[in-house]
Amino acid sequence: MSERHTPSPGSGPADEFGRDAVRLDEGHIEGTGGLPDRFENPGLPPHVARKADLDEKAAKRAEKQVVGLFTLSILATLGFIVAYFAFDPRQQVFVPFIGRMSASNLTLGLGMGLSLLGIGLGAVHWAKTLMPDEESVEMRHPMRSEDEAREGVAATFLNGAEASQLTRRPLLKAAAGTALGLFAVPPLLQVAGSLGPLPHDELSHTFWDGEKEGENKYAFTKPRLVRDPENTPIKATDVTIGSVYHVLPAGLLDLEHGVLEEKAKAAVLLIRLNPGDFADNELGRKALDWSHEGIVAYSKICTHVGCPVGLYEQTTHHLLCPCHQSTFDVTQDCKVIFGPAKRALPQLKITVDDEGYLIAEQPFKEAVGPSFWERG
Amino acid sequence: MTTHTSYPQSADALRASDRTARPGATAGQRKLGGVAGWVDDRTGAGKGVGYLMKKVFPDHWSFMLGEVAMYSMIICLLTGVFLTFWFVPSLGHTVYDGSYAPLKGVGMSEAYASTLNISFDIRGGLLIRQIHHWAALMFVVSLSVHMMRVFFTGAFRKPRELNWVIGSVLALLAAVEGFAGYSLPDDLLSGTGIRAMNGFMQSAPVIGSYLTYAVFGGAFPGEAIIPRLYSAHVLLIPAILIGLFTAHIVLVAVQKHTQFPGPGRTNDNVVGYPVMPVYAAKAGGFFFIVFGILALMGALFQINAIWAYGPYDPSPVTAGSQPDWYMWFTDGALRLLPGWLEFETFGFTWSMNIFPGSLLLLPLVYVLLAIYPFVEAWATGDKREHHLLDRPRNNPTRTAIGAAAIAAYTVLALACTNDIIAIKLHMSINDITIALRILLFVLPPIVFWVTKRICLALQAYDRDTVLHGRESGRLVRTAEGRFFEAHEPLDEYTRWKLVQQEIPQPLELESGVDANGVRSPKGKHAALRSRLSNFYYRDRVDAVTPSELEAAHHDGHGHEAIEPHDAPASVGTSAHATEDDMRS
Repeated sequence: MSERHTPSPGSGPADEFGRDAVRLDEGHIEGTGGLPDRFENPGLPPHVARKADLDEKAAKRAEKQVVGLFTLSILATLGFIVAYFAFDPRQQVFVPFIGRMSASNLTLGLGMGLSLLGIGLGAVHWAKTLMPDEESVEMRHPMRSEDEAREGVAATFLNGAEASQLTRRPLLKAAAGTALGLFAVPPLLQVAGSLGPLPHDELSHTFWDGEKEGENKYAFTKPRLVRDPENTPIKATDVTIGSVYHVLPAGLLDLEHGVLEEKAKAAVLLIRLNPGDFADNELGRKALDWSHEGIVAYSKICTHVGCPVGLYEQTTHHLLCPCHQSTFDVTQDCKVIFGPAKRALPQLKITVDDEGYLIAEQPFKEAVGPSFWERG
Repeated sequence: MTTHTSYPQSADALRASDRTARPGATAGQRKLGGVAGWVDDRTGAGKGVGYLMKKVFPDHWSFMLGEVAMYSMIICLLTGVFLTFWFVPSLGHTVYDGSYAPLKGVGMSEAYASTLNISFDIRGGLLIRQIHHWAALMFVVSLSVHMMRVFFTGAFRKPRELNWVIGSVLALLAAVEGFAGYSLPDDLLSGTGIRAMNGFMQSAPVIGSYLTYAVFGGAFPGEAIIPRLYSAHVLLIPAILIGLFTAHIVLVAVQKHTQFPGPGRTNDNVVGYPVMPVYAAKAGGFFFIVFGILALMGALFQINAIWAYGPYDPSPVTAGSQPDWYMWFTDGALRLLPGWLEFETFGFTWSMNIFPGSLLLLPLVYVLLAIYPFVEAWATGDKREHHLLDRPRNNPTRTAIGAAAIAAYTVLALACTNDIIAIKLHMSINDITIALRILLFVLPPIVFWVTKRICLALQAYDRDTVLHGRESGRLVRTAEGRFFEAHEPLDEYTRWKLVQQEIPQPLELESGVDANGVRSPKGKHAALRSRLSNFYYRDRVDAVTPSELEAAHHDGHGHEAIEPHDAPASVGTSAHATEDDMRS
C-alpha cells in the first residue's frame, strides 16, 4: 500500500475498524492543548421507552389493533373464496374513477390484497409496538481470514499440487490444461451451430422476386399488387389521390407456410400523389418515373430496425415510423428527412397489366428492411 | 508437510471423536424437541439457525428498498409458476374461440390465444397475470432505487465491491428477463418489440445476419423465438437470477449490513434489532405488505391489455409503441442517434446509428456500474473496510457523478417517449428530439456541478450548525438594542452525526519509492491517479474538530460574531474561493 490517509494522531479511535494504529516513527505528533483531534463517538443515546412499554392500556390498544389487522386478513381471505365462486370472469362492473372492469378480477384482487396486507401490517405493527425496541449491538470482525488460516489454505493447495505431482510433470499439466480448455467446445458448437440455418441470400430478396431457382436467381413474374388483408388486386383507377393501401404481392397470402416471414419483408405501402406533388429534383423525378401516374409503392419495412412505417401525413406526404420516428419524404423518393434511419425506403417500380390492375414491373432493386453487414 | 489443523486428518481421528459427540446430542434433544430436534440430530443445523436468529440488522427505511426488490422477485417466481400452467409457448397457428368476442374467429398464435384465455377464461388468471407484470416492474424499479441508495451512501466500498458487481449483473438480468417476459404473449405490441430486437441483432457488424438467423431459427419471425424466449424466461435467466441473488443475500449476512453513522454506531459494530423476534416480524410482515400492494395493483390497475392490440402481424403497427420503462433508455438512445452515423466500407454496412444504442449500450451501462467501486477506490487510495455509510453530501464528487449519470439516463429514457411528449404537449417531435440530443451532452455536466455545489454547501451548513448551534427561534434583544436569534448548542448525540465523517485527502503525486521502499511504476499512471484523486477530493469541507468548536465558543456567543469566513483556516486545506462564497 503506497499511500496512506493523513494520520490523525491522538485520535486513533479503537472503533475505527481496520485502521492503522498511530505510528510514532512517522514524525511529530502535535498536541492541541489537551483537546483531541476529532470528536469522540458519544455512544448509544439513552433508550426512550414507548407508550406501550410504560402504559398497559396503550399496550392493550396496540394488541387490539394488531388483532384487528389479522382479523381483516381472515375476513378478506373468506371474501376471496366467496368471490372466486360468485363471479364469472366475464362479468363486468363499473368502478367510480376507474371505469368498467372485470368484477371477478376486482373482487379476487381486493380479497387477496387485503388478506396479505392484513398479515403484513399486523406483523409490522406488532413488532413496532409490542416487541422489544431496545437496540442490540453485534461486533464485526475483519472479513479476511486470520493469517494462519490463509497460510494454511495456501499450503493445502501447494501441497496438493505437489502431492499430485503437477509441479513436477509439466507435460501432464499442459495436457490437462488443454483438455479442460477445450471441453466446452463440443456443447458450444452444437448449440451455436444448430440454432438456426444460414441466411444465404434471404435477407436481400422478397416474395416480389418470384420463385427461387438458385442462389440469387429468381423467376420474376410481374405479380399483381393485392390489398392486405383482403387479398384482392387493385385497379389503378380505384386508387384516388391521397389514398393509402397496405399491399402485398399476389400469392403471398395463399402460402401454406411462412406467410408472416414473407410479409415481414414484402409489405408495401401504396400511395397516390398528384404528379405535381413530387419534388422537382432527381429524387422526385425518379420516384415519379417508377410510379404509375403518381401511384407510388414503397417498402413498408423501416430501414432502421424494421418496424412497419405505419403513419402517413397526407398534407406533407411524410411517412413516419412509430417506433423510432424516422421520417421519410414521399415526394423525394422516401429519403430520410429526420430520425435515426439512414437509407430511403426502397421503391417498388409498378405499372398496370392489360386489365388495368397494378403489377410490379421489377422486384425491389435493393434489400428491404433494416441494415445488415453484407447488404452492400 | 504442514501441521495446520485445516489439513485433513486421517480417518481414524475422525472416528475417535464420533463417540464423544453423542451425550451432547441427547442433552440438546430435550430442549430442542420434536421435528426440530429430529432435524438437528441429522443435520446439526441448530447452531447455525440459532446464530442467524440472533443476528442483528440495522434499521433504516432505505434498507427496505432491496427487500422490496427481493420480495418482488419472489412474487414474480410464484405468479410465474402459476402462469406456466396455462400459457402455451408456441407460435403454432390457431383460431381464437374464447370468450373475448372482438377476437373470435381471428387467426393467431397459440401463445397469444393462451394469454387471452388466461385473461378472460381462467378464473383469477388475469389477476395473476397482472400481479406478475406489476411485480416485474416493481422488481426493476426497486432494485434500481436500491442501487442508487447503495451508490450514494458508498455502501459498495470494500468489502462489498463483489456484492455490487453481483448486484449489477442482477440488474442487467432483471431487465433482460423482463424483456423476454413481456415479449411472450405475441400480441402486436410485443411482436413489434421482437421485430426491433431482430433489427438490433442484424445491425451487429460482420455477424448480424447470422446472429438473427441463429436466434430466430431462420427468417423473422419464424416459429422458434417464442419457445426460446420462454425457455430463457422461465428456466435459464431465473436460474441465474436465483443463484446470484442467493450469493447476494449470503454476502449481506456474512459481511453484516452497513449502517448509517450515528452515536454508538462504529465501523466495527452493528447496531439494530435481532432477527428473532423483531426482524422476523418486520421483514416477514413486509413480504406480505409488498405482495398485498401488488395484489391490489393487479385488482385495480390494468396493465398490458394485450387483447386491445390484436395478434402480431409484421405489417400493422400501433402508434406510441414502447417497451417497458427499464428498456426506455436504450430505445431512447436509438431515437437520438442520427442516421448519418451509418456508413459503408468496401460494400459492408456499419450500422453505427443502431448498433451502439442497442447491443452495445445495454451491457455497457451495467459494465460501467460494475467497475465504479474499483475506480473510486483507486482514486481514493483506500484499502480499509467500510461498514459505516457516507452521507451523500460528505462525498460530493461521488454524489455528483451519480446525479449526472441519472440525468443522462433520464434524457435517454425521455427520448423514448418523444412521440408521447409531442402529442401531449403539442410540440414538434423534431424539436424535442434535437433538444434531447443537446441535453444528453449538456445536462449531465450541469447536474454534476450543481449537485457538487449543493453537497459542499450542505457540508458547510453542517459545520455552521456544529460551530454555532441550531437556530432556536428565540429572538434576543441586547442592552444596546440589537436583535439576534439565540442559537442553542447541539447535544453530543446530534453533533456526532455532523462531525463523524473523515473525508479522504487527494493523493499527491508519488515520489520514486513507495512506503515499502519498492519502486512504483511511474509516469502517466501515477499522474492520472493523482489527477483523479484531486478531482474527487480537492474541493472539500472538513468536519469540525473539537478545537475549532472550542475556538468558536471563545470568540463569541452570537451567530454574527463568528461568520463562517472567520472559521479557522483548517476548514479546507485547499479550500477554493467558491466554497467560502457558498458558506456565507
